[in-house]
Amino acid sequence: MSAIGVADIEGLIGVEQYEEEGEFPVEQGYVWTTCSSVENGNPLFWDEEVADAVTGGPIAPPTMVSVWFRPHHWAPGRTTQALPLQVHFDLKEGLGLPEAVMSDNTIVFYEPVRPGDRLRTRQILRSVSDEKTTKLGTGRFWVIDVEYHNQRGDLVAVESYTGFGYRRDERSGPEEERS
Amino acid sequence: MSTTTNRLLCGDVVVGNHLPELAYPVTATTVVLGALAARDWRPMHHDKDFAVNRNGTRDIFLNTPNQAAWFERFVTDWTGPYGRLQRMTFRMLGSVFPGDTMVFRGVVTETGVDDTGCGWAAVDISVSVNDDPKTTCKARVALPMTDDDNPWERTGDRWRP
Repeated sequence: MSAIGVADIEGLIGVEQYEEEGEFPVEQGYVWTTCSSVENGNPLFWDEEVADAVTGGPIAPPTMVSVWFRPHHWAPGRTTQALPLQVHFDLKEGLGLPEAVMSDNTIVFYEPVRPGDRLRTRQILRSVSDEKTTKLGTGRFWVIDVEYHNQRGDLVAVESYTGFGYRRDERSGPEEERS
Repeated sequence: MSTTTNRLLCGDVVVGNHLPELAYPVTATTVVLGALAARDWRPMHHDKDFAVNRNGTRDIFLNTPNQAAWFERFVTDWTGPYGRLQRMTFRMLGSVFPGDTMVFRGVVTETGVDDTGCGWAAVDISVSVNDDPKTTCKARVALPMTDDDNPWERTGDRWRP
């Protein structure tokens, strides 16, 4: 995406961007790896009989929804790829705000995600604030939604991210990256 | 592995109830396993030299997606498998490093039943190190109203998270 300016923001709000399908289907192995990493013994993810009885078959932990879109570390023939939350980086670049932090994010869960699903995602800019000055520096807050759908078109989750892109003021200290 | 075979009913939950506390000693393995489980290949979650010299942190640190998985486990350990997460809002305040003992705590802030008859509980939860909150999370989880009710059977207009 080419650089955008403040005047272009209005036209981007509400527009669906960067729709893409995950590189691979939702897989049971990653469900177990994730549950193992946090010692999650919820029988929905380990016991087929419980999964059949409670959720109509196996599902993935709802909080894994973004996992299915993180690209392989390497893939043959790949040159460039959209970054997760590309709209965030577009805003940083287009508005000339070299630093950014995410202040909070919300995930709302809809239809369960199941092994074998092929999920699609798209990013939607919801709002950009006027310029504000915080202890970090001067810049703008923005809200970006990431929508996830399954191969049947069912909405499975919406993530909303609030970001603050800014320029450091002289008195501002360094900000460690936390994500 | 914890066991979660209970079925917490909405009527059993009262504002002010505390979720069972969970304390966990974090190691480098915890951080690396969590990052790779979340397919997060960024070096500050597995390369201490990078984390210290490029990020300015004291060590590698837990990534956000894996913290979400920890919060999910913390909530569903309490509710059992019939608890169905509706929404979670995270606020990142600091980092969790190897050598830390992270402690998850939670309290019920609200309960209700929506227009479709779905019961829910809202909880404020946090992960802290030495009582210093590192990430906070406001979550809402649907709970069965009776032994015959199952929030996972809700779909379409009957699921309003």
